[in-house]
Amino acid sequence: MNLMSLTAVELGKKIKDKEVSVEDAVKAALAQIKSVENDVNSFVTIDEEGALKRAKEVQKQIDSGELSGPLAGVPVAIKDNMCTKGMLTTCSSKILENFKPTYTAEAVLHLEKAGAIIIGKTNMDEFAMGSTTETSAFGATKNPWNLGHVPGGSSGGSCSAVAAEECSFALGSDTGGSIRQPSSFCGVTGIKPTYGTISRYGLIAYGSSLDQIGPVAKDVTDCATILEVIASHDTKDSTSIKRDDYDFTSALVDDVKGLKIGIPIDYLGEGLDPEVKEAVLNAAEELKKKGAIVEEFDLSLVEYAIPAYYIIASAEASSNLARFDGVKYGYRTNDFEGLHSMYKKSRSEGFGAEVKRRIMLGSFVLSSGYYDAYYIKALKTKALIKKAFDKAFEKYDVILGPAAPTTAPKLDDSLSDPIKMYLGDIYTISVNLAGLPGISVPCGRDSKGLPIGLQLIGDCFQEKKIIQAAYAYECTREYDRCDLAKKGDK
Amino acid sequence: MANIITDETIEYVGILAKLELSEEEKEQAKKDMANMLDYIDRLNELDTEGVEPLSHVFPVNNVFREDIITNEDDRENILLNAPEQKNGSFQVPKTVE
Repeated sequence: MNLMSLTAVELGKKIKDKEVSVEDAVKAALAQIKSVENDVNSFVTIDEEGALKRAKEVQKQIDSGELSGPLAGVPVAIKDNMCTKGMLTTCSSKILENFKPTYTAEAVLHLEKAGAIIIGKTNMDEFAMGSTTETSAFGATKNPWNLGHVPGGSSGGSCSAVAAEECSFALGSDTGGSIRQPSSFCGVTGIKPTYGTISRYGLIAYGSSLDQIGPVAKDVTDCATILEVIASHDTKDSTSIKRDDYDFTSALVDDVKGLKIGIPIDYLGEGLDPEVKEAVLNAAEELKKKGAIVEEFDLSLVEYAIPAYYIIASAEASSNLARFDGVKYGYRTNDFEGLHSMYKKSRSEGFGAEVKRRIMLGSFVLSSGYYDAYYIKALKTKALIKKAFDKAFEKYDVILGPAAPTTAPKLDDSLSDPIKMYLGDIYTISVNLAGLPGISVPCGRDSKGLPIGLQLIGDCFQEKKIIQAAYAYECTREYDRCDLAKKGDK
Repeated sequence: MANIITDETIEYVGILAKLELSEEEKEQAKKDMANMLDYIDRLNELDTEGVEPLSHVFPVNNVFREDIITNEDDRENILLNAPEQKNGSFQVPKTVE
């Protein structure tokens, strides 16, 4: 049997039941990486030695009964913007090409404590800025469904690794759709939780008020299980929130009777690929058949989310990325005269084009004379968007729509026109601005065979409602594996 | 209204951003920023009169905790990441003449 074809929870159970050893699981992941990695380029770092060593330790802990959780012994890949002690953490940027953190991100620490085995670090858009994983300094990741297409981004490596079955599950991060959009493009499931649910300690910041870590996996059960393991209140992150409930798996119930689902008319209009629209509306129909009450409504303000996002995220990025100066870690230019020249040259040589573009924009909108016109205006827009969602959730339990307007674009088609690329995030970005939880689940494929993602959005702290709706929908269909993943069956 | 970014503006933003752009990059940056601002300007269609700017989605104020040291002295490992180091410190170019 191909162990990598199993979900994380299925594999974890086999390990717990002693049907499979942790070493077998890790070796299966490494074998699949060897077989497909040259094609997809999901990883920046693969830690074969470390993973095999850790497998032995975890096996002992399982045998002694010390570890009994659902993820013990299961191979995981971590997006390369989360710090892992002693293991290269690059953010897919030249400026961090040699950076080995001295501590591990809180979310990753939770996984380690649960016995998950870190197999490597996944490729991403540089500093999570991009929607295609093409801005990585270490080469683009390819879509496992069709190697001529992008996997989406910025968590493209995490999503392609899960789809190509190079790991059992992965962690991604989502600032404007960076988990949900690539999950949609790669035919996997990903959750962006309510802001503050998962500690950002050790997550290299892009837009701090929007960034959230989340799980990427084959199905909703895995995602709920992983979320339960990594969510915590952490005093090391001042925006971390103490929630009343963390038992996300209790929502894995195939029942949506009476659930009120709203579809924003604004999410079905111009720019939406007709095949995506059809698949998403079919998914809504399935939920209706199961007893959900589905209706369309006017959410409003959707077209203002992207401009507001780019002001806020760029502003925060320009401040967050000021720390990369060639002094304490990362890249330092060889050729400079004096301190300021060293700062400027290290940064200019170390950052890629998209990162520089956003730092410049962010510096501009925060500069004196423009702060009110741009930055404050964006924060006011954010307030209006939040209000529009508040109003919607007075009426609906869940908002349903596409995760992205199209399926995965071809490689090299997106970067030449940044604004067009930014528009691809139209359905995901407002969710970050309002701090809401969102999930993307596969809901079919287009005529080119590329996956389509259904997005379900919940009110703050209502993860369980979207998990339940997503699970009920998922029960109506089989998980679709790509041919590259099936290579591991032989 | 189409935004025009001048050489002076790009120069000034470069100083704020601590970036040294090549002539080619500057020309591109002027174009990119103008396009982006044209796009962003559509926010002006929105009436935000009297709206409070929202920086944090939840009503979280200052969060305090006791300042207790939980990590150990990690100087050696931290310095391993330093581009240049000397005598247990980060080495930087001369900062004061």
